[in-house]
Amino acid sequence: MNSKVSDRIATGVFVLLASIIVLLLVSLFGYILVRGVPHISLDFLTTESSTVSAGGGIRDQLFNSFYVLFITMLITVPLGVCGGIYMAEYAKPGKLTNFIRSCIEMLASLPSIVVGMFGLLIFVNTFDWGYSIIGGALALTIFNIPTMVRVTEDSIRSVPGELKEASLALGITHWHTIKTVILPSAFPGILTGAILAAGRVFGEAAALLFTVGLSTPRLDYGNWNPFSEDSPLNLMRPAETLSVHIWATNTNGIIPDIDAVSAGASAILILSVLLFNLIARWLGSVIHKKYTASK
Amino acid sequence: MKDEQTITAVQQRLLKSRQGKAKKNEFTGRFIVTVAAIIMIVATISITIFLATKGLQSFLVSGVSPIEFLTSTDWNPTADENPSFGAFPFIFGTLAVTFLSALIAGPIGIGGAIFMSEIAPSWGKKVLQPVIELLVGIPSVVYGFIGLTVLVPFMRNTFSGAQTGFSLLSGVIVLSVMILPTITSIATDAMISLPSNLRQGSYALGATRWQTIKKVLIPAAIPSLLTAIVLGMARAFGEALAVQMVIGNVRAIPDSILEPAATLTTIITLNMGHTTYGSVENNTLWSMGLVLLILSFIFILIIRYLSSRRKL
Repeated sequence: MNSKVSDRIATGVFVLLASIIVLLLVSLFGYILVRGVPHISLDFLTTESSTVSAGGGIRDQLFNSFYVLFITMLITVPLGVCGGIYMAEYAKPGKLTNFIRSCIEMLASLPSIVVGMFGLLIFVNTFDWGYSIIGGALALTIFNIPTMVRVTEDSIRSVPGELKEASLALGITHWHTIKTVILPSAFPGILTGAILAAGRVFGEAAALLFTVGLSTPRLDYGNWNPFSEDSPLNLMRPAETLSVHIWATNTNGIIPDIDAVSAGASAILILSVLLFNLIARWLGSVIHKKYTASK
Repeated sequence: MKDEQTITAVQQRLLKSRQGKAKKNEFTGRFIVTVAAIIMIVATISITIFLATKGLQSFLVSGVSPIEFLTSTDWNPTADENPSFGAFPFIFGTLAVTFLSALIAGPIGIGGAIFMSEIAPSWGKKVLQPVIELLVGIPSVVYGFIGLTVLVPFMRNTFSGAQTGFSLLSGVIVLSVMILPTITSIATDAMISLPSNLRQGSYALGATRWQTIKKVLIPAAIPSLLTAIVLGMARAFGEALAVQMVIGNVRAIPDSILEPAATLTTIITLNMGHTTYGSVENNTLWSMGLVLLILSFIFILIIRYLSSRRKL
């Protein structure tokens, strides 16, 4: 075959493959939004879910998802940022650093269900917390920490070396340099990474099945005392999240409007992920402009 | 004169105190970040130790034979007499969905990567990059839900061999879509990081773009491209919920890809909740978790081996 013809054919194939990927995304998003958005209403968002009859909402699940996400990020971000600073600034090349890198790599490649099983073993059974928000948040932390460390390390490494050298040359200590020079310049990257990681946590279900459980107790949204049994802020209560709810209604739900509830909830999940993505991009570019005075 | 002396003394003292404070801060800062690093080590080691001990209990305490567990195809843990614990169908299912989905997603992902780096480097990346990031962001239950409401009925109506629509193939397709973005983004990085003098040299010799891609670029990038596929597979074998929703979850090895099957993760997901903690059946589920852990170790080793072969 003529080499020019085969070049044309190959180009056509690559264009086709790329369009498959784009088409896939468009049809997935399109399907979920077209099916799900009609089911989203204020009523759907603000009524309790039902286990037997139609017309249940997702109020508690939605709140649980955001609350678990919040607690997870509260633990993950400081821990991950500190870990990233260690890896970028303090770790000396050698056996120990290699070992830490292997640990991060391993945590990153753990199947999320295995993380969930570990959570079940430690937090639910050994510590005897039962299904609890804090157990779920800690399991998600394990699952999320490698991302946070990598994002922080990459952002710190991409800070120009001159900034650090200039600061050290002025007699500022290493830690003070990190705090006042390096971290502010790395901040946009860390923030973007953290928001994207939050999107992943928001949709995670397998690690939560065995750690926060499949039920939510009756909640009293007027009760803000985190130590009270029916307070939504109680860390020791079970809390079914939105993605777990979608799974549970589809696998062993008996409500007649399974499809409507899952479609609506899926649309909410997708829209949240989309929102997380857009916020990450927008904030990243805004802060970048502000810090670097570039357009 | 005297004033000057006091001033210098004060300066000295200030300087000294600031130095002391700075030193203390330096120590505290270093201490905090080191603790964070230690926490990661402790987490990894404790996960390994706890899951290994718990996973071995079915063999050591409950007396299930490890050979039977790994090779027997007979899974019937609830039988009154002679319950059997052969997990091979699930191990087989896991490996089957992992390899088959890599077989589908690998070429598409690498094709997309080559499109971004070679065919349309200017705008291709601008379009495909956000697409891939959004695909990564779609939660796995949503993939499962779409699979359940679109793919399974489609299978049922299209192929006469698939009676229920729940099948190995449904699981493979859902997983292919899920690992596609992983493969594409890593493969793109690999293709873009190739030195451009490879391309220029090949074009200067009169090679067409396809010849350059086929004979020069792909061979140069092959270890990284394989790493991309292996990372995709590592994501595939651990995926639980999306697969569980479409694969059918039966305990036998399927005769064809149109028949229902089960994987380690789907069996764990389904049965962990309603088996008694500490019972033999429950213990075998933990052994399956241990198998998953070992599989993920193996995947890390393969990735290490591949990246040590990366020459460029």
